[in-house]
Amino acid sequence: MPDREPVSPLQRGRWGPWMPWLFLAPAALIIFTFRILPIVSALGVSFFDASFGKVRGFVGLAQYQKLFADPDFWQSMGNTLWFVAGSVPLSVGTSLLFAMMLRRGVRFLGLYRTIYFLPVVTSFVAVSMVWKLIFHEDVGLANSVLRVFGGHGLHWLSESTGIFELALARFGVDLPTWAEGPSLALVCVIIVSAWRGIGYNVVIFLAGLQNIPEHYYEAARIDGAGRFGIFRNVTWPLLTPTTFYVVVMTMILSFQVFAPIYLMTGPPVGGPLGTTSVIVYYLFEKGFDAGGNMGYASAVALVLFAIILALTLFQRKVVEKRVHYA
Amino acid sequence: MKSLRRNWAVHLMLVVGAISFLLPFYWMLNTSLKGPTELALSPPSWWPAMPRFENYPDAWHAVPFPRYFLNTILVAGSIVVGVVVTSGLSAFAFSFFRFRGREGMFNTFLSTMMVPEPVYIISSYILLFNLPGGGRDGWIDDYSALIVPWLAHVFSIFLLRQHFLSFPPDLVDAAVIDGCGPVRFLFSMVLPLSKAALTTVCLFTFINTWNSFLWPLVMTNSDSIRPIQVGLAFFASEQGTEHGLMMAAAVFSIAPLLIAYFFAQKQIIESLTHTGLKG
Repeated sequence: MPDREPVSPLQRGRWGPWMPWLFLAPAALIIFTFRILPIVSALGVSFFDASFGKVRGFVGLAQYQKLFADPDFWQSMGNTLWFVAGSVPLSVGTSLLFAMMLRRGVRFLGLYRTIYFLPVVTSFVAVSMVWKLIFHEDVGLANSVLRVFGGHGLHWLSESTGIFELALARFGVDLPTWAEGPSLALVCVIIVSAWRGIGYNVVIFLAGLQNIPEHYYEAARIDGAGRFGIFRNVTWPLLTPTTFYVVVMTMILSFQVFAPIYLMTGPPVGGPLGTTSVIVYYLFEKGFDAGGNMGYASAVALVLFAIILALTLFQRKVVEKRVHYA
Repeated sequence: MKSLRRNWAVHLMLVVGAISFLLPFYWMLNTSLKGPTELALSPPSWWPAMPRFENYPDAWHAVPFPRYFLNTILVAGSIVVGVVVTSGLSAFAFSFFRFRGREGMFNTFLSTMMVPEPVYIISSYILLFNLPGGGRDGWIDDYSALIVPWLAHVFSIFLLRQHFLSFPPDLVDAAVIDGCGPVRFLFSMVLPLSKAALTTVCLFTFINTWNSFLWPLVMTNSDSIRPIQVGLAFFASEQGTEHGLMMAAAVFSIAPLLIAYFFAQKQIIESLTHTGLKG
């Protein structure tokens, strides 16, 4: 900082040069010990054999070899990708729709926003518990509603069949395994997870919409643009930075889904037939439940980190490059 | 005419949306008041014909919920105080002092925000396990594992720094001319002018700690340490068939935050959307 004073006037006196470090010390101590050290050592641990807290011998890349050879890992990875592919469009699309409807000086805006945001403040544990009950096969609300409309009850959280297969089965179409899609059980968790996050995204979108200057709308209206035209040519392009932010953040959070999987699926968790096991649950199971193989679980953590880092860097690159406000 | 009809469609959809966000909460309350015979009904009833209020005390005493609440309040309270202190001091250093390594330090702090919790939870466990003090397994299953690693929060530092940088430079000069040292400047000028930012930090720290799940699930083994979310999850997996008790427990575990939300919704919404949301 050549253009600034070398020393702040607050730093005069004998203690001056040390002052900043005294103020920084508490935060730095915690962040270096409990954040940076674990982050850096995560990579190291993945090259070792570790049982619970005890680190044993060096094994090189053996954990990664074992990991990539485990079909359960690939199933969890596949489920996670389905989870992301399902929850991102569901959550972002619904929130954008609600935000658009709430924007134009609608009555009771504050009340709606309060209600939509309610699940965000509620813990995932309580949310998962009540939704698990709603999806209960015998006494659940979901099936009783289906039956009122003359349908059959579904197995919801204990249904391992893919949803595309379920949808097409009644037409006598039998899909190959790879095209069956995520299990209905996983779709239930996707719905719950989106339900909890929508209010959050609505508030972000509302803020983004407020940042679009009113005169753009006036100009468009004077030019005779219809509602759809205004959305396509004014709102959508000017909202791009917000939409992009919401999409990437929702993606990053979706890759880390754990609580609703742990609390809604099974027993055993990840069931039926492993169709709801996701990457963080796989990590938890290997690292803490099944014998505590922490070296192996660290390898899983590193794979997750690689994915999230790639997403974050991609976001930065794009934001730097082309997302600009008018 | 056309726009009126469209307005009706918008309102209808907004109301349907509101119902779908409220219904699970109603269902929680409804189920929490049902007795065994009503719980077995298929289809389930829309309201409890014979409200069974005993579900609440029964659930409260089935497992040590009072203890779980105390644990959560202790942990969340300590973390809020710690985060305010450490972030206030370090944000002050980053905004009002000039020193070598300032930008580097700040960027190092910021870069940790890119790494999500599941990535470092295993190595954190190993670290806490091997730290001296605490119990048999180091800091594992001890309050220290729930509190100490969370006593500093990078986003709070970032947020407070943004706020401090908006102060006019003349303020510092005036304070120095009046013979004010950095500590007095922090406490008598900076902090009183930052009440809104500090409230934001307190609210999201408290709410995120109250609702955190994966970390305490991994780091605790015993009832005496367990916070409310983990206690509730264990209660649900052990009493999986007692729906009335489960929902009663869910209701009283979310009640404190919902009551707070009722009174301070605007601040809470603002505070949570400033920062990330935790699963």
